[in-house]
Amino acid sequence: MKIIVLLKRVPDTEAKILINQEGTGIREDGVKFVINPHDEYGIEEGLKLREKLADGSKVTVVCAGPEEATEAIRTALAMGADDAVHVCDPKLADPNPFTVSEVLAKAIQAEGFDVIFCGKQAIDDDLAQVQSILAEKLDIPQVNNATAFEMAADCRSAKLSRRIEGGDEKIETSMPAIISCDKGLNEPRYASLPGIMKAKKKEIRKKSLADLGIAEVPGTGRSRVLKWLPLPKGGECRIVAAEETVDAVRELARLLREEAKVI
Amino acid sequence: MLFQFSEEERLIQKTVRDFARRELAAVADISNRDGVFRDDIIKGLSALGLMGITIPEEYGGVNFGTFSLAVALEEISRICPSTAVAVSVHNSLANHIVLKYGSEELKAKYLPRMASGEAIGVYALTEPDAGSDVSAIRMSAVRKGHEYVLNGAKIFISTGDKAGVVIVIARTDPGSRTRGLTAFLVEPGFPGFSVGKVEHKMGLKASTTVELVFEDCRVPSANVLGEEGMGMQIALGSLDGGRIGIASQALGIAQTALDEAVLFGRERTQFGKRLVDFQMTQAKIADMATNVDAARLLVYRAARMRDAGENCSKEASMAKLFASRIANAAVYDSMQIHGGVGYTEEFRIERFFRDARVTEIYEGTSEIQRIVIARKVLEEYEQMYPV
Ligand SMILES: Cc1cc2nc3c(=O)[nH]c(=O)nc-3n(C[C@H](O)[C@H](O)[C@H](O)COP(=O)(O)OP(=O)(O)OC[C@H]3O[C@@H](n4cnc5c(N)ncnc54)[C@H](O)[C@@H]3O)c2cc1C
Ligand SMILES: Cc1cc2nc3c(=O)[nH]c(=O)nc-3n(C[C@H](O)[C@H](O)[C@H](O)COP(=O)(O)OP(=O)(O)OC[C@H]3O[C@@H](n4cnc5c(N)ncnc54)[C@H](O)[C@@H]3O)c2cc1C
Repeated sequence: MKIIVLLKRVPDTEAKILINQEGTGIREDGVKFVINPHDEYGIEEGLKLREKLADGSKVTVVCAGPEEATEAIRTALAMGADDAVHVCDPKLADPNPFTVSEVLAKAIQAEGFDVIFCGKQAIDDDLAQVQSILAEKLDIPQVNNATAFEMAADCRSAKLSRRIEGGDEKIETSMPAIISCDKGLNEPRYASLPGIMKAKKKEIRKKSLADLGIAEVPGTGRSRVLKWLPLPKGGECRIVAAEETVDAVRELARLLREEAKVI
Repeated sequence: MLFQFSEEERLIQKTVRDFARRELAAVADISNRDGVFRDDIIKGLSALGLMGITIPEEYGGVNFGTFSLAVALEEISRICPSTAVAVSVHNSLANHIVLKYGSEELKAKYLPRMASGEAIGVYALTEPDAGSDVSAIRMSAVRKGHEYVLNGAKIFISTGDKAGVVIVIARTDPGSRTRGLTAFLVEPGFPGFSVGKVEHKMGLKASTTVELVFEDCRVPSANVLGEEGMGMQIALGSLDGGRIGIASQALGIAQTALDEAVLFGRERTQFGKRLVDFQMTQAKIADMATNVDAARLLVYRAARMRDAGENCSKEASMAKLFASRIANAAVYDSMQIHGGVGYTEEFRIERFFRDARVTEIYEGTSEIQRIVIARKVLEEYEQMYPV
């Protein structure tokens, strides 16, 4: 099987995000970048599937991103993926989900695929659109937010679970399909030292848009970010103090009712 | 460049940091409180490949260098210095000595098990009458046919009760102080080997420190490391790596002391100000941060030199001397910033305060480091400006 896992490079979840002066993006100085945490579930699921099949199946990472995304890709290779395609083109500087999906679709078609895993959303822009647009472009089913995945013995279908409000939804899908992965699906492994050593020798195929046969950047003009703004400062905080706690609570209730008019 | 990380080095740092912050942090406070060495943590680190970090691939290792090990040890030590000492001794002393001085048979037999973490390596040098002065070692090793018979005791051996491989320096010739020592590879299963007294220490409580007793302990002569009489040379030759390891441990402790000081000082208000807004607190933070960076540069320099095959005795000693000293200064200042709560077990700084102390004592005391450094410096001046 050809197992594709999608990877996006995003700012570390612990990083403090500041908007740049022009409002065109975030300030990248001093920010650490990592594999999108939800994509790690996708990578792990791809690796687990390969290990279970143990039939020479391959896990290929596909990433559209800047030059610097190499390190995130290398991490996925160190976790155990076999090789990678890195679509990297100056024309992709500020892509919208449609653009990315078109580019990924072309790259994935060129590779061939039997199943695609990705994260349920990227933790930077939280758009969660790429998997759906991609499913449409590749004309395959999608199952989103998977928390369990079981490939059928003949690899022509799979059973999945999705955690929804108040319960689990059991789903069966034909293959090939694109599966977006949620927390709880698995425990992503660490990139072990032997993995890091082997990753050095694994191939990352760099592709430009021209390599993929894309002349015009697709999807421009469909939607674009006008401006990035910092969050408004939090409102004024008032501390209600009193000798006795009951008096403070009484005063707080009065303020909430009479001034804030929320109760 | 000396201080530039390669891509692999960054990945190694990230892997070890993630492991330390998730798995190790989840158990460190409790295992240190209760004095428990966690086999599962060593298993976890073994699964990452850390127990064979400097061993070549043909023996099951990953063939990264001293620099990678130093970076890994700092990350481990930031969370649990007790774990760092076991990992440091295993890699920078036991693995190193077997690799460098073991016969082809010994390497093939033991290194794969050591690299996989199945056999933890420990290093037994210290005796009641031989601490800083290695030449005073008395434990005897007498050759009988194809075996040596070892008699005596080693004390203060880190992880000695968990060992799969024990590197022992014993006396084969009472007549010569320096040529009379020999290094042996002993398995704890050899007849006549046992674990003796367990030390109750001030800190590093999740690392065991024990006496190893040898009573007519029979060791095959094939288990001699190097040759008979090379023990002193082997003991001294492995110091550099060991010292860089402990310097990295001290560095991790100092970094945590700084982290905890700043995080605490931002939360705590007195006299209507956060502690970090007092100039006197800021002076402490500035000193700590400068010292931590300086120590890191010394550690990195020594590690890079060692990886390049250069003589780095002076640099390793400088790194160890400085990092251990500033670690102790940092935990002191950090506890001071914490005030009364820093003196209680509720706060991590109390554990690090205790753990820091020994870094000035083992792997060569600070006095011994100064002796090494001064000797080298005087030699250098002797060459530059002969009298
Ligand atoms: C937690 C812990 C773990 C350890 N783990 C190991 C281990 O795994 N393997 C192992 O073999 N050993 C181990 N040791 C032992 C450690 O290496 C020794 O404690 C250390 O070498 C110092 O030796 P000593 O304790 O005998 O002190 P001594 O050598 O007696 O020194 C006492 C004091 O005298 C000073 N001094 C000695 N000689 C001189 C001199 N010439 N000039 C000036 N001052 C001098 C020293 O600096 C020190 O301050 C461990 C110790 C501890 C505490
Ligand atoms: C073992 C023990 C026994 C104790 N017993 C008693 C007792 O019997 N009775 C009792 O009442 N209390 C007792 N205490 C509490 C002790 O007196 C306080 O811990 C001490 O006064 C410091 O206060 P704090 O811990 O709140 O630290 P903080 O006042 O929060 O100080 C934290 C740090 O900030 C520094 N700092 C604070 N203000 C300034 C400033 N303006 N400029 C510069 N630096 C500043 C401090 O010097 C310190 O380094 C005890 C504490 C301990 C640890």
